[in-house]
Amino acid sequence: MRRSWWKILGVLLLVYTFIAGLLIEVPRNPQLQETIRNLFFHVCMWFGMMILFIVSFVRAVMYLRTNKHIHDIASRQYAGVGILFGVLGYLTGAIWMSYTWIDSNKSIFNSFDTIAREPKLIGAAIALLVYAAYLVLRDSIQDIDKRARISAVYNIFAFAMLFPSIWIIPRLLDSLHPGGSEGNPALDPGSASANMRLVFYPAIAGWTLIGVWIATLKIRMKILYEQKLSQ
Amino acid sequence: MKKMISILSFIFLASFANAQDVKMADAMKENGKIYVVIAVMLTLLAGLVLYLVRLDRKISKLEK
Repeated sequence: MRRSWWKILGVLLLVYTFIAGLLIEVPRNPQLQETIRNLFFHVCMWFGMMILFIVSFVRAVMYLRTNKHIHDIASRQYAGVGILFGVLGYLTGAIWMSYTWIDSNKSIFNSFDTIAREPKLIGAAIALLVYAAYLVLRDSIQDIDKRARISAVYNIFAFAMLFPSIWIIPRLLDSLHPGGSEGNPALDPGSASANMRLVFYPAIAGWTLIGVWIATLKIRMKILYEQKLSQ
Repeated sequence: MKKMISILSFIFLASFANAQDVKMADAMKENGKIYVVIAVMLTLLAGLVLYLVRLDRKISKLEK
């Protein structure tokens, strides 16, 4: 394994997350109960996604500055793993909200009309769809240089779209999701106890490192594949 | 003054009762079944990490 210390660190952080995440004392919140522990899993997906998209954006800018093909490959793969994390965050959020947001006087199906109006869900869906369009756009162009250039430019646009769709607009509107108009969804001192932070921050680092690991594997595979093609 | 004290004590008691009444998985911790859940999750993690490690090794071999 190449340069493996941070891979081991990522795995150790996740092992710690899984053990401590289930065992530590958490605040007794009447609405969330034990599901508050999902903070270590669901929220970390979004942090991981954001960090991977930042890396993807930086590599896209680097491609445009240097025209080196490696940056194009890296940008594409980091975006791919970022989308994976985003989809996982969306799915885990869907499970979590089905147990904490639904009106107990109504069926899940009838509670859906309030849940579907959640600005956070709509914003995250827009952001993910913009990135999904990145993959479609990229694969629709045959010429390698043209594909790299256009997708790098689109990547910068998609990254810029993240800010209104997941950072700004959801915070201006009322929402069932924590961290609406009143503050930050995860770093708010009122919603997570000091105890939970001890697990939460290492969990973010652990999940992100695993995401970076997967992305580097995919980049190396892609490079090998292209070498094979050019032989 | 008396009213104040009674209101304050009510708030204190109410918040105390609220903290205790919230149903948590306390039984799971008492009888240790939470460790079963942790064992399952760690096994899944180990499997996924093992898969990644093997993939990493294979790619390293191909790069040489």
